[in-house]
Amino acid sequence: MKKWVSAMLFYFAFCVRIEAFKFHKTQQTERISGSAGDVLEDDPVGRLKVFVYELPSKYNKKILQKDPRCLTHMFAAEIYMHRFLLSSPVRTLNPEEADWFYTPVYTTCDLTPNGLPLPFKSPRMMRSAIQLISSNWPYWNRTEGADHFFIVPHDFGACFHYQEEKAIERGILTLLQRATLVQTFGQRNHVCLKDGSITIPPYAPPQKMQTHLIPPSTPRSIFVYFRGLFYDVGNDPEGGYYARGARASVWENFKNNPLFDISTEHPTTYYEDMQRAVFCLCPLGWAPWSPRLVEAVIFGCIPVIIADDIVLPFADAIPWEDIGVFVAEKDVPKLDTILTSIPIEEILRKQRLLANPSMKQAMLFPQPDQSRDAFHQILNGLARKLPHDTSVYLKPGNKILNWTAGPVGDLKPW
Amino acid sequence: MKLLSALQQQGRRSNNFRSASSQLDSAVDGGVKSQATIFWLLLHGLCCLVSLVLGFRFSRLVFLLIFSTSSPSTTSTANLYSAFHTSFPSTTTTPSTEAVNGIIAEGSRVVVGRHGILIRPWPHPDPEEVLKAHRIIERVQREQRIQYGVKSPRTVIAITPTYVRTFQTLHLTGVMHSLMNVPYDLIWIVVEAGGATNETATLVSKSGLKIFHIGFNANMPILWEDRHKLEVKMRLQALRVVKENRLDGIVMFVDDSNMHSMELFDEIQNVKWVGAVSVGILAHSGGSEEDLSVAQTEKNEKNPQMPVQGPSCNSSNHVVGWHTFDVLPHVERRARYVGDRGIVLPRKLEWSGFILNSRLFWKEAKDKPQWVKDLDEVGRDGDDVESPLSLLKDASLVEPLGSCGVKVMLWWLRVEARADSKFPARWIIDPPLDVIVPAKRTPWPDAPPELPSSIKKAINIQDNTEKRTPKSRTTRSRGSRSKRKRSAKVSIEQVTTRYSSNK
Repeated sequence: MKKWVSAMLFYFAFCVRIEAFKFHKTQQTERISGSAGDVLEDDPVGRLKVFVYELPSKYNKKILQKDPRCLTHMFAAEIYMHRFLLSSPVRTLNPEEADWFYTPVYTTCDLTPNGLPLPFKSPRMMRSAIQLISSNWPYWNRTEGADHFFIVPHDFGACFHYQEEKAIERGILTLLQRATLVQTFGQRNHVCLKDGSITIPPYAPPQKMQTHLIPPSTPRSIFVYFRGLFYDVGNDPEGGYYARGARASVWENFKNNPLFDISTEHPTTYYEDMQRAVFCLCPLGWAPWSPRLVEAVIFGCIPVIIADDIVLPFADAIPWEDIGVFVAEKDVPKLDTILTSIPIEEILRKQRLLANPSMKQAMLFPQPDQSRDAFHQILNGLARKLPHDTSVYLKPGNKILNWTAGPVGDLKPW
Repeated sequence: MKLLSALQQQGRRSNNFRSASSQLDSAVDGGVKSQATIFWLLLHGLCCLVSLVLGFRFSRLVFLLIFSTSSPSTTSTANLYSAFHTSFPSTTTTPSTEAVNGIIAEGSRVVVGRHGILIRPWPHPDPEEVLKAHRIIERVQREQRIQYGVKSPRTVIAITPTYVRTFQTLHLTGVMHSLMNVPYDLIWIVVEAGGATNETATLVSKSGLKIFHIGFNANMPILWEDRHKLEVKMRLQALRVVKENRLDGIVMFVDDSNMHSMELFDEIQNVKWVGAVSVGILAHSGGSEEDLSVAQTEKNEKNPQMPVQGPSCNSSNHVVGWHTFDVLPHVERRARYVGDRGIVLPRKLEWSGFILNSRLFWKEAKDKPQWVKDLDEVGRDGDDVESPLSLLKDASLVEPLGSCGVKVMLWWLRVEARADSKFPARWIIDPPLDVIVPAKRTPWPDAPPELPSSIKKAINIQDNTEKRTPKSRTTRSRGSRSKRKRSAKVSIEQVTTRYSSNK
């Protein structure tokens, strides 16, 4: 108990110190280990103003009409954020007093018949949108986008590709080099994560998860739980590419272990089973992030994160080290030893942290929005980056961004 | 590129081979050359087959291992990995052969491309770790119960009337195991008809629970009606123990042949003074086929569900009436004495469906309600106390449990062997059997043997008042013992002759 109190005090002091320090920095990422319930409970209303550009509906509404599946897949955050901002009290109709500018363009809504988004047209769509706003409003050219933010929830964020090698080759779209990116992808020292980005959780349908809640007195009897692919035979027939071999390693080492309830079958009681498990594995797939983290937090199952160098959502507001268990990919064969040797007090503490409602709220995108949900955490993150450094405001005629950089295919009009 | 160089080397090797062997046998020159190519072809074919099996290009692995200067890290880590199958270490050697161009960002430890699948040499669970995991799970569940379960659990006081008979071990073991699994403090009051015996004492002491073992000075009668009455008296005696010792907790009546679910014990913690639960009645028929089929057809006509005894509520969750078991259709076929073939019928309201706060029986308790009679008044005159409702002046203040009687967490069942059936004391065969006699020699014929005369008399008296169709009973004699002996002998002789004729 005492340890907990002193830890809280320490974190609070640390936060306060870093807050004071921040005002001298530009757009550096802060890695503040805020204790859950501290920064998470800030209310962004009154701390910032956001102006929403009015783009023609071909950038947002028409795309959504073409494929309404975009509302339920894990990239739906971009659509719901737009809707939230339109009716939020932080929205301002006067762009002169706005701190941040938002461009509602749904780049992740071009879906295959299977439901996976194709990123091939996204760079062109983004470029066309930016051309529009830079020609119709003066605010883009004022800062070359440094006070604009974009939501890019795709696999590798603004690199706009689902294959990691190609994404790294492309890098972040040149026009977005100065803007703040709000994305689900996060990996340290990676080309597709630039400093100052805000990592958000992938979208998970809150209503669906709500209907599958079971009474919390149901005893947790599964030790480790995982449902998903271990080998992606369609895209990786040789093996060893998918998940950097980590998922395959989990299967090969623990398929005979009765403590590990792992399989590729997708049961109808998937959510209920997570609520009966103590640990839920969240290994990387083709990208390091997955909706499993959100589900584990909502259902009170301690997430076991197997993804080297991953940056988790709202990492500056949520102390993930205290809540989840991090296992290096090379340590996967020793996973059972690692999990059974965690002291029981720590496990109980993690469960208490997970039971904190503000923790669960921060991972969700509920409609209509509720206080302290993910929308507000994003706004909190944007508010923490204010005020903008005066150097971002460029003298008129000064240009930093190269509008003709990038692959030739991107320069075609959309 | 490497392949070509290898081929060249191979060619060179074959030349050396040739030059070496030319001294030996010049005639085999051409053969050796073709042998080399055949060998190469075979090797290539083998590599292809192995690649098919492994799933990646085996030939490259061979060249890598033979020709590249493998760093010491590979050999050291090779101990961890199974030798050839699927694994070879990820970061150090792969970039040269497998990793795709230009991936690694500065400072990143994570490499894009192909990685080995790490498998430890013995991918099976370690029993120590399994034990640790179970302890973790147990602790987590205990914490859950503290957080979300009953806030201040009260002691459960279980009252069980019992007596020594064949099925006592069966029934009492079931009850004992249920009570041992109850997560709350428990006091078990075992009242035994015929006095406290060692048999029962050894059985219940295995539970490790806190037990009051009380003897009751009356033998358990044979007829079911009398048995029910005696059980009531035994329960009242147990309640007197609760009163004298001022035991604090929740009193429940755990009959030894009933079946309890663990949720029952959680539900009864909600009782304030008097609660009622629904009891499922498993009216067991004697086992004859006719009984069952007739019973079932009757049941199908009326209601095919299991009959339930319990409270019935109105919309505001107050008890307004009681569901009871309808005995009329089964009266004809009911069992009259213990061990009889026939359906054992419950009484109107079984005691096991009622849960009482033990403070009701204390002499002076703080908030003892006015609508409870004193324990000494009830049952004093020897008249039958039908159900705990007789203890209350006002029956409408009973609290319904289990979502107003909807949940059945308790089942009433009476299964007994014949009253004269023999069983080894404490179910220990001592001395051990040393002679095994074939069945046809033992005195257990197909037909049931003669019953002791006391039972017969009881039945006959009852028979005179009621008409009853005789079942498959072979002999029936009235009166004197001598006649019985003779007829018994006759029956045995008949049986033995029957057997001998079957031979």
